[in-house]
Amino acid sequence: MRAGELKSAVFRLQHRYAPYVFVAPFVLVFFIFMLYPLVNSLILAFYVTSGPKSQVFVGFANFVFLLQDPDFHTAIHNTVIYASCSVFLQLPLSLGLAMLLNQARLRGRNFFRLGFFSPNLVGQVFVAVLFSVIFIPKFGLLNRVLHALFEIPIDTKWLGSPELVMPALVLTSLWMYVGFNMIYFLAALQTIDVQLYEAADVDGASPWQKFLHVTVPGIRPVAVFVIVLSTIGSFQLFELPYVMLESTAGPDNAGLTIVMYLYQNGWILGDLGFASAIGWMLTLGVFVISLVQMGLTGSWKTDA
Amino acid sequence: MSATKAVVYALLVAAAMVMLTPMVWLLAASLKGPDDLFSYLFFAPTLSGYNFRQLFTEIPFLRFLMNSLFVTGVTVLVQLIFASMGGFALAKYEFRGKKPIMVLMLATMTIPAQVLMAPMYELIYRFGLVDTYMGLIIPSAVSVFGMFLFRQSLLELPDDLLQAARIDGCSELRLYWTVVLPVARPMIGAFCLISFMASWNSFLWPQIILQTQERFTLTIGLNQMVGLYSQEYGALMAGTLLAVMPVMLLFFLLQREFISGLTAGAVKG
Repeated sequence: MRAGELKSAVFRLQHRYAPYVFVAPFVLVFFIFMLYPLVNSLILAFYVTSGPKSQVFVGFANFVFLLQDPDFHTAIHNTVIYASCSVFLQLPLSLGLAMLLNQARLRGRNFFRLGFFSPNLVGQVFVAVLFSVIFIPKFGLLNRVLHALFEIPIDTKWLGSPELVMPALVLTSLWMYVGFNMIYFLAALQTIDVQLYEAADVDGASPWQKFLHVTVPGIRPVAVFVIVLSTIGSFQLFELPYVMLESTAGPDNAGLTIVMYLYQNGWILGDLGFASAIGWMLTLGVFVISLVQMGLTGSWKTDA
Repeated sequence: MSATKAVVYALLVAAAMVMLTPMVWLLAASLKGPDDLFSYLFFAPTLSGYNFRQLFTEIPFLRFLMNSLFVTGVTVLVQLIFASMGGFALAKYEFRGKKPIMVLMLATMTIPAQVLMAPMYELIYRFGLVDTYMGLIIPSAVSVFGMFLFRQSLLELPDDLLQAARIDGCSELRLYWTVVLPVARPMIGAFCLISFMASWNSFLWPQIILQTQERFTLTIGLNQMVGLYSQEYGALMAGTLLAVMPVMLLFFLLQREFISGLTAGAVKG
């Protein structure tokens, strides 16, 4: 075989096998560190373990115990309240800000957009550290401002009283995520044809009617996406309460979330099997809720 | 200016003030001396570097910072190489097993990461990687999201361009390096930013894996400080400020790269 032929044979071979070489590193790590653990977690969920070493098969006992554990009920309760606040409090605010920014001929739109978005650049842990100090009684920013404005007691213990932990968490997450979701809403609002609003004006529609019949249908796909995404994110809440409450679940478990419950059982108590069972319950819950949300929001389509 | 316009601006300015106040307060608290900490709401009349000195002399903060930079830097780089190569293969080649791989990847994207933590920990334990940087980096070496991002953007890359390079004798690996990567530049900027933020801010997995203080990343180190330094929070605020800076910096750097990359077309006609 001549040198030229050999060269072209090598060229053909490297062309043929190139895609396998390109995906190989990714696929290898993907199989070992994602797919295998995923399958393994399904098996592990039926075992009681003590650290990574000892395992005893217990059938459905993990799930039975889980459903009866009052701590798990508290975790679900807290997580659902937090998620509801995200959807019903935070998203309307995001949409409101987006509508303000979408006004025609607005000056400084980019400045406002960046300003509202910027808290999202700060990671959850760092936000939690910052706000744990902002919530300090007597000297914290929040109490000093609220005391001056509304005469709220200066020594209000936001993170030390069971009934105030959740409001503190919701307030913090509002600051962090309002601008993030606003970006999506703003992008959706900008795709709505201005002529639709002009036509509505000609028909003498009120601002509320315009919102209901032009804005809402226009942003529906994005809104569903944002609702589902922020619900899923809310269900994975962990860093914010864990760091703000100094690595505890807070007074009376007021800051206990599903993922925190998973972490405590898996790594403080050392039962990786039980932690897997919790993980699958979380997955199931998120899956069902997402489907329900998509169903509910899809059903609006028929009456619009 | 009409009345509605005035109301709109008033609301926007009020909202912006609420959003920016915690950041300004963070900056002010970092720059207050120990005696001014509780006396002024925002900035003290004299700025002090006391908190930063505390941070670097009393706490192994520099060590945390270096650990975070190292772990995040390696993670971003590895994710970028794996995801862009994989994305290129999925976008521009036909090969056996392509469909099943993509279906599997899409399926795993729908499952919360917390499900994987227990078995992943078991695996890392068996490999003897608990309390190592490798234990942090390896499990996050693949970004399924990143791979789909690159696949999506490379689908638009014209096959003619690749074919022309091949006729000129360009090997597939060189094709990846000299054609694909430059074309994907805006995507690389965006992906690096997202990947950097995720790794820099990650907490739960490092919290599970790391045990020795000298290997702590910033998130773990700062969380430890919350309990220990809640009385003199100046250093804590200075630490938070420094921890947030790299992401902010990268955002402003890459924002420009992202936009200019989008507008500069690599292929014409």
